[in-house]
Amino acid sequence: MSENQLTIKDYETPVCPTWCPGCSNYSIWVAVRQALVKLGIQPHEVVFTFDIGCNSNGANFYQGYICHALHGRALPPAEAIRWANHKLKAVIAVGGDGGGFGIGVGHFIHACRRNVDLLYITHDNQIYGLTTGQTSPTSPKGFISKSTPFGNLEEPVNPSALALASRATWVARGFAGELNHLADLIIKGIKHPGFAHLNIFQPCVTFNKVNTFEWFRERVYKLEDTGYQPHDRQLAWEKSWEMNGQLPIGLLYEITAPTYREQLPQLATEALVEKKLGEIDLTRALAEFR
Amino acid sequence: MTGINWKIGGPAGYGIMVTGKIFAKTCMRHGWPVFCYTEYPSVIRGGHNTYQVHAEAEAVSSQKSQIDVLVALDEVTILEHAGEVTAGGVIIYDPETTKVKDKRPQVQYMELPMRQLSKEICGSDFMKNTVALGAGLALYQADRQIVEAVIHESFDAKDAEVIQQNIKAAKRGYEFTENSKFNIQNSKLEKRFMGLNRILITGNEAVGCGALAAGCKFYAAYPMTPATSILHFMAKNERDYDLVVKQAEDEIAVINMAIGASFTGVRSMCATSGGGFALMNETLGFAAIAETPLVIVESQRTGPATGLPTWTGQAELLYAIHASHGEFLRVVIAPGDANEAYQSTIHAFNLADKYQIPVIILADKYLSESPRSVTEFSAKDAVIDRGAMITQAELDKIKDFKRYQFTPTGVSPRSIPGQRGGLYQANSDDHDEYGYTTEDADIRKKMMDKRAAKLSFLIKDLPEPKIYGDLRAQKTIICWGSTKMTAVEALKDLKNTRVVHLQYMFPFPTEFFNRHIKAKNSLIVEGNQTAQLRQLIRQQTGLNIEKTLLKYDGRPFYPEEIVKAVNNL
Repeated sequence: MSENQLTIKDYETPVCPTWCPGCSNYSIWVAVRQALVKLGIQPHEVVFTFDIGCNSNGANFYQGYICHALHGRALPPAEAIRWANHKLKAVIAVGGDGGGFGIGVGHFIHACRRNVDLLYITHDNQIYGLTTGQTSPTSPKGFISKSTPFGNLEEPVNPSALALASRATWVARGFAGELNHLADLIIKGIKHPGFAHLNIFQPCVTFNKVNTFEWFRERVYKLEDTGYQPHDRQLAWEKSWEMNGQLPIGLLYEITAPTYREQLPQLATEALVEKKLGEIDLTRALAEFR
Repeated sequence: MTGINWKIGGPAGYGIMVTGKIFAKTCMRHGWPVFCYTEYPSVIRGGHNTYQVHAEAEAVSSQKSQIDVLVALDEVTILEHAGEVTAGGVIIYDPETTKVKDKRPQVQYMELPMRQLSKEICGSDFMKNTVALGAGLALYQADRQIVEAVIHESFDAKDAEVIQQNIKAAKRGYEFTENSKFNIQNSKLEKRFMGLNRILITGNEAVGCGALAAGCKFYAAYPMTPATSILHFMAKNERDYDLVVKQAEDEIAVINMAIGASFTGVRSMCATSGGGFALMNETLGFAAIAETPLVIVESQRTGPATGLPTWTGQAELLYAIHASHGEFLRVVIAPGDANEAYQSTIHAFNLADKYQIPVIILADKYLSESPRSVTEFSAKDAVIDRGAMITQAELDKIKDFKRYQFTPTGVSPRSIPGQRGGLYQANSDDHDEYGYTTEDADIRKKMMDKRAAKLSFLIKDLPEPKIYGDLRAQKTIICWGSTKMTAVEALKDLKNTRVVHLQYMFPFPTEFFNRHIKAKNSLIVEGNQTAQLRQLIRQQTGLNIEKTLLKYDGRPFYPEEIVKAVNNL
């Protein structure tokens, strides 16, 4: 299999996707694979980590090395995978708004500030889908669901603002209804040397009857169409909070900073997994105990 | 009483730990085996700290409850520990700072002007601990050159003035004793032939050495007493030994990172205490179901909850064996001393790789933080067995690679990211032979049976419990983990008694118990309230051993307590 022969089929497993008909996860599934084809990354050169949720059932549908972790825990294994083998072409962590901004939100903040070289894609459908429809950390205030029949009393998490506040070096928003735009963001996110967070508006056609494809189509606009330059954190911050009927998508913020790995002299060349084992000389470590 | 039993006590921040270490190393450099025991509260300044050194000419494996020299840097030390001093022993204190009300008749009270002497040397009372160190070493007639050499090495080489002042402070203390009437009977620190090089090392540092020797390349942790010194050791050796050490945001991240690195083909380890292990429990089963090798160190402290954060206990045996939801195979190893900590850590990595399972090293504060002298470790003969890791050449010959292939041993070939033709999913859902999620009843059962099949092979790789003392002795002390150190020390004062020590706790050595152990004349000694080893023995063998000696006050056992309990059998 050579680079120019790659097609999105190469990233497909024999498992038939189990997402609902019309689910926006299909679009993201296509966009990610298109990005990998365009980048010429072969399946064995990419590691995906997933957690638990509708999005992460994708663990069974993507061809690659897959670490399908527990709910909300997609990021910590992804970080260590990157440290263990920085020569892998791509490490992509995939999660949702429930796992990513609820139970796993601590990991998110710390992954951002560590600037580990990986792309974190969050499927943000503003609801818990796999558990059949409860309010999530990104559900709007007043949201009615099985767990909040009288309306959600909490303000939602703003994922992109949180990424900016946590010093992520690449912050973007995509929309599952804008496939090519999304694939382009994924390419940029993979290429970004450092931590890239891509939050995707991903309508849940079964359980979220508020934030639908139509709802988003009426509101989203592309930042690059407005001449926006993604190099000013303050500006990005303001854009990330834009809400009155307008939802910007595209690259909000990008800065170049040393990655975590680049600051480790022991990983300057050889990958950790390539280090020779055995024939260890403990003399140096034992000096203090003599 | 034989040997040297010395203790220094004072407020945290008074240099108690460094003084103790210098005293201990001085004894070791004389060729004496040394064991040190430290106590400190969970505060940084002001709490009461002690450092106790027990050295013997032949062998030593624990502290004793009595001491012959007590260095008191404050009144609290006198109040709390004067009673531990034997008849003929010496209490060293500074009358300027420490008032002594009721002097014990048979104890010598040495009034040492520590503060004054320190001021004369460095202008402050900063070196009174070193003055006291010198005075104490003079009581044992320690070789002054050895003392000076150890002091020299114990301080930052860059600060020559501090080194010289400390040497001077020790000298002044030493001379004060020499010019006084004070002495200790029968406890001269004679120089002995040491043979092989010795090191003074804690259980945690020994675990760290074992990890380095085993080729551990990724270590993650969140600070938690008494496991933290493993993090310190690994961090300072990170660059010399080409590994990545990560202090993560919490123990959940820690274990997930360790699994991520292991999935990528790197030997990885993480460590914590009971509370952090509780957070790790969520993910422990992921390592098991994904069959990703993992080594976890759990150093017990006194629970439940925050409990006694800086004290010891052995109350997490059954917890370590059963932690996490669902049923899966794991190994629990409880090393009995620093040597075993080193050896079993190397073994833990091999077991984890060979059987693709989580291995838990169950230590405790007593083992983790008690320095003792051992023969210097050498990694030269460390065996590294990475198990069924598949090579690229092997993969190239396989058309249809199945990471979770059903095999007679339950162990399947393992590929790592980057290898062509080795794609698979390390899945937290139960899965088929490729790793794809399945809820099929037959496959689920077969997969459970495959993972469990490893047990019958694994058990052959686990060393049996060790017997110390007379193999055919009438009385048996049964202990596990760090209690071995005290039990073996107690043997010196016991007749017709043997110690059976369990290090490989789980899978349980049922065969051994059936062959060697009778309930009659047996005593189980362990550091918990509910006799967890006794429960385990009964569960695994049916044997009901009634006699126990249990301790759960945060303190380790003392040999005298065990001697008394055995004599009452």
